[in-house]
Amino acid sequence: MTRPLVLQNLRIVDPSRSLDETGTIVVGGDGRILAAGKDAQNQGVPAGAFIKDCAGLVAVPGLVDARVFVGEPGSEHRETIESAARAAAIGGVTSFIAMPDTDPVIDDIALVEFVQKTARDKALVNVHPAAALTKGLKGEEMTEFGLLRDAGAVCFTNGRKPLHDALVLRRAMTYAREFGAVIALEARDKYLGANGVMNEGLLASWLGLPGIPRESEIIPLERDLRIAGLTRAAYHAAKISVPESADAVRVARERGVNVTCGISINNLTLNENDIGEYRTFFKLSPPLRSEDDRVAMVEALADGTIDIIVSSHDPQDVDTKRLPFGDAADGAVGLETLAAAALRLHHSGQVPLMRLIDALSTRPAATFGLDAGTLKPGAKADIAILDLDEPWILYREALVSRSKNTPFENARFTGRVVQTYVAGKLVHSV
Amino acid sequence: MITFPHRHLLGIKGLTEQDITLLLDRADEAVKISRQREKKTSSLRGLTQINLFFEASTRTQSSFELAGKRLGADVMNMSVGNSSVKKGETLIDTAMTLNAMHPDVLVVRHSSAGAAALLAQKVSCSVVNAGDGQHEHPTQALLDALTIRRAKGKLSRIIVAICGDVLHSRVARSNILLLNQMGARVRVVAPATLLPAGIEQMGVEVYHSMIEGLKDADVVMMLRLQRERMAGSFVPSVREYFHYYGLDSEKLKAAKDDALVMHPGPMNRGVEIASEIADGPQSVIEQQVEMGVAVRMAVMETLLLSQNQGPRL
Repeated sequence: MTRPLVLQNLRIVDPSRSLDETGTIVVGGDGRILAAGKDAQNQGVPAGAFIKDCAGLVAVPGLVDARVFVGEPGSEHRETIESAARAAAIGGVTSFIAMPDTDPVIDDIALVEFVQKTARDKALVNVHPAAALTKGLKGEEMTEFGLLRDAGAVCFTNGRKPLHDALVLRRAMTYAREFGAVIALEARDKYLGANGVMNEGLLASWLGLPGIPRESEIIPLERDLRIAGLTRAAYHAAKISVPESADAVRVARERGVNVTCGISINNLTLNENDIGEYRTFFKLSPPLRSEDDRVAMVEALADGTIDIIVSSHDPQDVDTKRLPFGDAADGAVGLETLAAAALRLHHSGQVPLMRLIDALSTRPAATFGLDAGTLKPGAKADIAILDLDEPWILYREALVSRSKNTPFENARFTGRVVQTYVAGKLVHSV
Repeated sequence: MITFPHRHLLGIKGLTEQDITLLLDRADEAVKISRQREKKTSSLRGLTQINLFFEASTRTQSSFELAGKRLGADVMNMSVGNSSVKKGETLIDTAMTLNAMHPDVLVVRHSSAGAAALLAQKVSCSVVNAGDGQHEHPTQALLDALTIRRAKGKLSRIIVAICGDVLHSRVARSNILLLNQMGARVRVVAPATLLPAGIEQMGVEVYHSMIEGLKDADVVMMLRLQRERMAGSFVPSVREYFHYYGLDSEKLKAAKDDALVMHPGPMNRGVEIASEIADGPQSVIEQQVEMGVAVRMAVMETLLLSQNQGPRL
């Protein structure tokens, strides 16, 4: 039991109830929400409660990040479960799904249990393991979906590696359907753009870098959607980057395919021009696309075609980033900047706050069946408190993540996470 | 003293018309030195030049070496085989090691685009890009420009057709930038598989037929069909390539009668260029080699003697 908590006078934005009003949040000693809203204002407070006035601030359900790469086990010098969770707390992320691209690969129940145990002992936030879809992520044999699911794996994915073999995919999807398991994949063709390192186009040509055409994402995505339709499995397109992919998802949905899709915050807020003169922190997968693509993806997010936003947090160190652009690893850290970067879309008027929080919390929780993403009574008190208007600058050194490969170095943000609660316990406060 | 507002020569991009003209004028002077019996000057005496070649090169490396020696610099060659040392850690580590020896200029060739720029961030001397991946090869573009200017008297409003493997060519990129900056009309002629995406927006006219692309051209610049770089099948066969895109007397007739024929070397005779043309009266391929030394002298002298260098660390 912890001390009950009362947060007063804050704007509450809870997409799970389409609620946006000024009110009070009351959290019981069991870490669950007793009431959250206008109606909670006059209900009195539990005995011994800690009462906090939060005038001017906004409470949202804690963010849920469905795609986080952690270095543990295997690359603890880049990130541990503990350090990723600390970074998450600062970013208002109260739950995240850890990808299985570790060494060893999370493809066995013992490893799922290792992640859960480490998280339970050391992590400030909820960490849910995703299990490998195929053994060793090799794309050949499927893993034990049933046992892994029962052990706590919340979804199955091939991580950074796309699945090339359509037959393996069909069998995996057919089998996974019976366990209600979501299959989350990145779409990237095996050959088309395989040697590419950035968006194909004029910029890549000038830089002398091999390009990744948009079709290298669209073609395998369309194939996956066909197989999802054939097998009636739950399919999640993990990170799409071009509007044609959003169109493909929309059309598949109209056909009745059980599909959801996500996008990296980087593809919503940055574009290929940010690469400048070979800045490897902007080498990402999928690559940063053109500004037109970015704008179209923001629209697809606003209209709900794109379900969720992920940080795609991928810690890389000097050894893997301080290389010529073509040789550098893909990926950027993002847990700490997810909310602040996403708020740019709110401030620019392109995405309403309600939809933004839905995409960052409520919808990912629903997609992967997590007990999160809502502030309704009875729910676990995972809460992020935002100051929507606070201006601040991100300095790389200030990141708590073990790796500092942020594409937002020295970026100016408006709005930040000022407090984070997990099960009613304060885990971050500025 | 010279006013040249750059500390490094990493590419043609970023150079103004004045910068280029200054380098070419200076190279004209350097040509005279190379043609004297006494070829050694003392303008860089006491300075150290290190040639750091991660990619095998005969002509560019010896050209830089000779240029440094004719300016009186001490020249050291580091030919790092391109197998085991391709990785970036070694690139930076090697650079840091060399940097500790206090060179005044590093001449770098590397198979990765951007490698020279990365090095320039790490060392405290001037860096000259001698070719980085498929990105740029600025001294080649300068020597091509010098060759053309000496033959035609100008660079503006002439028609230059760049033919062949533009996709994989750093020479093509640097030449397109330089020729556009100087007001020339640039065409590229190649099968579509050998052109990069967005080529139409690079300030060139695109042709897929040699006869059409060479029509009224003042300069025909052939590129090497880099067979060793062909991972996939960009052209069906050498035979077919030569038939449609190899420069022979028939195709050359489409260009102006006094058109120059150029090639950055090394040539594949019978692949992109017929021997009769390579050795023919319109060919300036040997002059290009001579101008190479002069341009590299001009570049290093300008960088090292310019007053506008950044602070020395």
